[in-house]
Amino acid sequence: MIELHVILILMIFAAVVAMEIEDLLSSIIALGAVGIGLTLEFLLLRAPDLAITQLVVEMLSLIILIRATVSVGTHYKKIKTHLGYFIFAVIFVAVFLWFSYQAIRQLPPFGSPIMKMGSQYLAEGVKKTGATNMVSAIILDFRGYDTLGEVTILFASVIGVLAVLRKTGKKS
Amino acid sequence: MREAGMSLIVKRITKITVSLIFLFGVYIVLHGHLTPGGGFAGGVIIALSFIHLVLAFGKEVALKRLSESAVSIIESLGGLMFWGIALLGLTAGAYLLNTLPKGQPFDLFSSGIIILCNIAIFLKVGAGLFSIFIAMAILRIPEVDNKENR
Repeated sequence: MIELHVILILMIFAAVVAMEIEDLLSSIIALGAVGIGLTLEFLLLRAPDLAITQLVVEMLSLIILIRATVSVGTHYKKIKTHLGYFIFAVIFVAVFLWFSYQAIRQLPPFGSPIMKMGSQYLAEGVKKTGATNMVSAIILDFRGYDTLGEVTILFASVIGVLAVLRKTGKKS
Repeated sequence: MREAGMSLIVKRITKITVSLIFLFGVYIVLHGHLTPGGGFAGGVIIALSFIHLVLAFGKEVALKRLSESAVSIIESLGGLMFWGIALLGLTAGAYLLNTLPKGQPFDLFSSGIIILCNIAIFLKVGAGLFSIFIAMAILRIPEVDNKENR
């Protein structure tokens, strides 16, 4: 369990670096470190499906971010902060930490879920669907309706991006 | 006149690696019901292989292999295919019901509609993400260059 916490602390550190560093390329690389850390966490928790998806999507988003920011040449701008903002932020973080501590204390312990649905899927999944990858069996058979919604969302978002960034039919 | 794409070393390596990345994506998709992976991850890997081509050779070479209209046709085809598979279940009584024969576990052609759904999602995600990349990273950069040259 200790390695999970070490990687988590590294991810928090990398996220703070990504927020604070001045060079945009370094910031994006720090963001990539957060993503790789998340991939390692998924691997340590034995979720290879999620690890593959996370790694691949992370690479794609990094490439898009680098192409979108670095080649255009956006510059970092330092904003002066008031003392009042700082105090407000500290108060907000304290309240947030307190609430999340209270919420996390109510969760069931790690590895012992309250819902019994998962064990049902594991027991009967192979017999009912014939797929040995249980994640695929769940997202495409038992919960196929959710995946249909996900595909629809992706379609809508692609249409939206293409409509905003299109060249033809736009008044210059 | 600046040559499109990156240096000779990158182009030479890319010629070797692009097909391997593509093959790995196809493997991830087709074995999505047996081993970790699936339509989404495989589709993103395929999109990444074409993005690799765009980054190394410039957009003309990549768009010659897979043009923009082909990308949008493939994407719509993926969505329609998933919907058609979902409608196929209605013939047996319920939407999205797994009606096809299940086959033996651990066989490549097993588990009914799941492998077909994986292929549909692969077409959808791969083409969709590649078209987003074309729109975001490629179509906009010449406009910025024009502004700077003026």
